[in-house]
Amino acid sequence: MSEATAQTTSPAAASAAAVPAVPRSGWHVATVASTRRETPNASRIELEVDGWPGNAAGQHLDVRLTAPDGYTATRSYSIASSGAGTRVTLAVDRLPDGEVSPYLVDDVRAGDMLEVHGPLGAFFVWAPDAAHAAAAVDARPVQLIAGGSGVVPLYAMAEAHGVAQDPTRFRLLYSVRSPDDVYFADELRRLAEASAPLQLDLVYTRRAPDGWRTPPARITREVLESAVIPAAERPRVFVCGSTGFVERVADWLVELGHDARSIRTERYGGT
Amino acid sequence: MQHVDGNALAGPLAEFFSFDATTATARCNGCGALGELARAMVYRSGAGTVVRCSTCDHVLATLVETTDRAWIGLSGISAIEVRRG
Repeated sequence: MSEATAQTTSPAAASAAAVPAVPRSGWHVATVASTRRETPNASRIELEVDGWPGNAAGQHLDVRLTAPDGYTATRSYSIASSGAGTRVTLAVDRLPDGEVSPYLVDDVRAGDMLEVHGPLGAFFVWAPDAAHAAAAVDARPVQLIAGGSGVVPLYAMAEAHGVAQDPTRFRLLYSVRSPDDVYFADELRRLAEASAPLQLDLVYTRRAPDGWRTPPARITREVLESAVIPAAERPRVFVCGSTGFVERVADWLVELGHDARSIRTERYGGT
Repeated sequence: MQHVDGNALAGPLAEFFSFDATTATARCNGCGALGELARAMVYRSGAGTVVRCSTCDHVLATLVETTDRAWIGLSGISAIEVRRG
């Protein structure tokens, strides 16, 4: 449930809110429709999921692999797509000692079948809300902050925002190793130029493009402060990345005056 | 041990609850803090999953999953609040 819905008091809006925003989850058989290299270390995988009820931007699914001896491994992956329909896009980063991600990145091919559980998670979601936009309530801007592959669910939100031409102000701060490691690079560029614009701020941590204005470095509190919507504008903030990244950023946001209740985080582990 | 957060519980908890329990507010038995389960700290290992309060680190819940059973203990949660519509 969105914060906006939770704060709704009018009966008309309450009845609209009774329509489930997030469909019930279940186990599904997914067929790999296509795969392509997303970055040197990641793959974009498009799934055709039998019976998929659609999903909100920011949700995830669990993939379960079963070995011939019955051993199973289940891992969670953020969904890069949203909306109705049975096509689901993932972008999976290869973890060096992972059990599932190396298979998904290097081995899986169009036509392969996977077991998936989803859509999952109603906490870390954003949805365009025509009713609220029309009533000019919840006009709070949205700040997205991504570390590495943590951009996947945030990209889904930015894309949903662009497709809906939602008037909410959207800004994405994306920390990434190098220009080669940017997920959805073309799509993000298009969203940044679209009519419901996404303000995109990139921070390169290892290698910046030629002529970039600042040398590569990890995000600092000062960079964060200069590249996010100020606390005074009461943005809703979504942060996704490695546990260390998310906790560092969330602590700084609170120090910078952001309300902790307005910060939603998703940690994927890793260093 | 590296932790994630309660968002990762949405799949495992779907076996126990008919709604997305990660959005429900739980009260910690240790410190009384209220927070969505999605905000809890989650420690996963081969032996199972431990869910801890993000305020005081008290153990809220433990989960064990095998191929033929799933088990959950909620010893550290004194109440769960669900929003209706």
